[in-house]
Amino acid sequence: MAEEAVQPKTGLRVGRLLVWVVTFALLGLLGWGLVRQSQTRPESGLAPDFTLPIFSGYENEFTSGEVTLSQLRGRIVVVNFWASWCVECRREAEELEMVWRKYRDQGVVVLGVDYVDTESKARAYLEEFNITYPNGPDLRSRISDAYRITGVPETFIIDREGRIVLTKVGPFRPGELDQAIRDLLSQ
Amino acid sequence: MKRWWLWIGLALISLLLVGVVYAQGGEVTKDDINRVAKQLYCPVCENTPLDVCETQACADWREQIGELLAAGYSDQEVINYFTERYGDRVRALPRQAGFALWVWILPVVGTLAGIGIMIQLFRRWMGRRTVATATIPVEPSPVRASSDLPEDYVARLERELREWE
Amino acid sequence: MIPDVGYLAMVTALVGAVYATIASLYGFFKGEERWVNSARHATMTLAPLLGLSSLTLIYALVVGDFQLKYVATTSSRDMPLFLKVTALWGGQNGSLLFWSFLMASFTFIVMLRRWDEDRELLPHVIFVTAGTLVFFVGLTTFVANPFEKLSFIPPDGQGLNPLLRHPGMVAHPPTLYLGYVGFVIPYAFAMAALVTRRTDPHWIRVTRRWTLAAWLFLSLGLLLGGRWAYDVLGWGGYWAWDPVENAAFMPWLTGTAFLHSVMIQEKRGMLKVWNMVLIILTYGLVIFGTFITRSGVISSVHSFAQSAVGPLFFSFIAVTAVASVATLLRRLDDLKSENRLDALLSREAAFLLNNMLFITLTFSVFIGTISPMVSELVTGEKITVGPPWFDRVTAPQFALLLALMGIAPLMAWRKTAAQRLGRSLWWPFLIAVVVVIGLFLRGVHSWGALLGFLLVTFVGVTTLWEYVRGVIARRRARGEPWLVAFWRLAGRNRRRYGGYIVHLGVVCMALGIIGTEFFQQDTEGTLRPGESLEIGGFRTVYRTLRTYPGPGDLIVTEATVEIYQGDQLLKTVHPKREFYQNTQQTMTIPALRSTMAEDVYVLLTGWESGGATATFRVYINPLVNWLWLGGLIFVVGTLVAGWPDFEAERRMVMPRLTIAPQQV
Repeated sequence: MAEEAVQPKTGLRVGRLLVWVVTFALLGLLGWGLVRQSQTRPESGLAPDFTLPIFSGYENEFTSGEVTLSQLRGRIVVVNFWASWCVECRREAEELEMVWRKYRDQGVVVLGVDYVDTESKARAYLEEFNITYPNGPDLRSRISDAYRITGVPETFIIDREGRIVLTKVGPFRPGELDQAIRDLLSQ
Repeated sequence: MKRWWLWIGLALISLLLVGVVYAQGGEVTKDDINRVAKQLYCPVCENTPLDVCETQACADWREQIGELLAAGYSDQEVINYFTERYGDRVRALPRQAGFALWVWILPVVGTLAGIGIMIQLFRRWMGRRTVATATIPVEPSPVRASSDLPEDYVARLERELREWE
Repeated sequence: MIPDVGYLAMVTALVGAVYATIASLYGFFKGEERWVNSARHATMTLAPLLGLSSLTLIYALVVGDFQLKYVATTSSRDMPLFLKVTALWGGQNGSLLFWSFLMASFTFIVMLRRWDEDRELLPHVIFVTAGTLVFFVGLTTFVANPFEKLSFIPPDGQGLNPLLRHPGMVAHPPTLYLGYVGFVIPYAFAMAALVTRRTDPHWIRVTRRWTLAAWLFLSLGLLLGGRWAYDVLGWGGYWAWDPVENAAFMPWLTGTAFLHSVMIQEKRGMLKVWNMVLIILTYGLVIFGTFITRSGVISSVHSFAQSAVGPLFFSFIAVTAVASVATLLRRLDDLKSENRLDALLSREAAFLLNNMLFITLTFSVFIGTISPMVSELVTGEKITVGPPWFDRVTAPQFALLLALMGIAPLMAWRKTAAQRLGRSLWWPFLIAVVVVIGLFLRGVHSWGALLGFLLVTFVGVTTLWEYVRGVIARRRARGEPWLVAFWRLAGRNRRRYGGYIVHLGVVCMALGIIGTEFFQQDTEGTLRPGESLEIGGFRTVYRTLRTYPGPGDLIVTEATVEIYQGDQLLKTVHPKREFYQNTQQTMTIPALRSTMAEDVYVLLTGWESGGATATFRVYINPLVNWLWLGGLIFVVGTLVAGWPDFEAERRMVMPRLTIAPQQV
């Protein structure tokens, strides 16, 4: 009987410790999840870097077939999240293309990030609006996750130092994007 | 253990294919698409399987499944294609690799731990016997007697029956 | 004006709850009963106050007081009356208020009982229940206020989410809440017992009816939710292993384990620690479930909109978890019981196995539920854990539980002779094997299904026989007619025979689940009028399509479909699509033709040019109605088991008697 008394004691201590460890681990996990979930889209600071593969035929100068954001330092980058099934995206499609053509030789790049889409439908959309700026699929939604978008369209304008200066949820009103770029360029 | 589930999985899949689908050699039917879509989740909606999701986007994706199947992709290849493009969240069944492997392992570990604890407890508790437990368990058994049993006997029987609930 | 009264009542309730919490604690530490009594009275005021508050909110919803933000978002002029009332729990803030009201009502009833025997438990029960109410009413007062006003008065409200506009909305949330809330009471008593060191089974006996009632409501809530999903959501099934569904299922699992294991504590004085753990787990899972549903941490089709409620809920969970674990560990020594097992073949061992299975099931479901969230934290990418995973992982465990359910009632406490057991089991098993062979010959080749049918038959026969032989004995002893014997037998031994009825209900439900899980078929196709889809021996012929406006902004497109078997027209059904213009939401409502053998489930999934073609999806759900029938039997059994029988309980004498006679 004496031996039984010793064994349960240490066993019990380990047991108690285990219970606390598990309790706090679960709580920690829950808290972490909560914190993570409440993080909203980045509205300032350094823009999360990413590499976007480009649909063939839309490479422009990025002949390698992909573009990495950090390599675009020194230029103003307009990152636009869209999808072919997104009705609102159509309202700003023409303006995005217009801004690209107007300002590309002033160091402005427009990148289209195709969010959770099918390539055939995406191409149909791009052809419909005669879009020529670099566009590519957001594989595995990594870029969208990094920018914590909650839907499409959303646009992030990044300045020459790689910082986010403008966040737009929803489509641009006519002229709004043009104005924003003009303001940035004049700084 | 794995084989067992393979059989069940195959049985399930084959059963779900019943129903007249006039597959005219190569033609992809809605049922074919649903068969694959059932194993996928909408990449965008909250926790909705792809075959029941009603948005336009989902309709597009189902169409894409159809195109892939028509191009000769197998079911698994279509699922892999979707996974590559849209991420693991699109699979209804987690992969047995990477982080998802834990999802498979943990329940097994938990069950084994449970069994282990049970065995330990049983051993320990069967070791301790109290004094004078020489009880012969009174089993509730049907009373095979005539209908004119004394009333108090029946009452006593009922009481004992209750004690053994 | 009236909503202002409601707001005032709610705030007063908060004050009352805070007072009760503090007063009960103070009264306990000072040993002064008048403080505890005061706390008790304060707690009793909470129910009428929160009831009044809820009533004013209902009034605002019915009348259409759209200046209240909550009314503007959940109600609208064109909704029928019953829906306007259900809007009380249709949105986050209102449902929290409703929850608080239900909790306060239960607490009110608990306060009403005679506390002479349990004076020392009272302050702690008050502390826990009033404390919980402080949290919930605090939420609705500061963060999720249903009486919040807009700065303008909109002409009309948005109305309930179309998915919620269904009679199911009347019963499903309230029963679920009642189940959740009901478990707080046994938890409070358990905590009280721990703190006051009254760790004999007294707290279990006192709360037995509460536990049963809470469990019944939870079961009902789950069943109703399943039926609602089946009837309205249009995906051919009733359970999707969605995180919010799991959140309600997990406390049910631990609650069922608890229901069974308390029997061991009452009979043999064993498992004291374990029962504490179970009730703490159940309560924890209840709060966790509420948290998941309302915080958006885990993505689900059920989630409420995100709000500030999440972090506060988390704090509540953290505090409760730490406090419960600390209390339990501190009092661990008090809970030492004379745990002994005389034989492996005994009811105790069977109950232990039962508990282990329920816990591993809970654990499995928990892993599946939180893994999407955890994977995103750890790898940055979210995975989905869908029904195929859950089915695979839980099916073996459910199968074992089913088998156990058939064998355990035949085992006696302490020890059962293997021979005796074998004698009772061999012939039901034989019948089951015969049935399975028959099914195999008729074309059923799935091993899983065959095993399922084997178990269902086996357990069904053993359970039925347990009941029937009791009836036979009674007839022999008393000469009663069959029906009377059935009735009286259950009446005299409610726990036992109620339990058997519940088990029979489970058997029927298992039958329904096996049918749909293994043998569901579906097909989809586009038809012109007169064309048909064939599936499972049935033919569904498309006839006409028409569109018409419904109440408010609703537009309904309805198809007429005839269901044939061979040449015989079985039924004409009308699957439809409801389109709500204001919110641009669509509901696909199935049309059913139901028999005990199967359901023919027809959905209208699309159409072109006014009905020139229409696309349908048809499911065949074999045996699904056994699920609902089983659910009904299940509920009846629970009612039988829990129905008060004062006379018998006074007569029932515990084998290990204490000094004073126990009162109900």
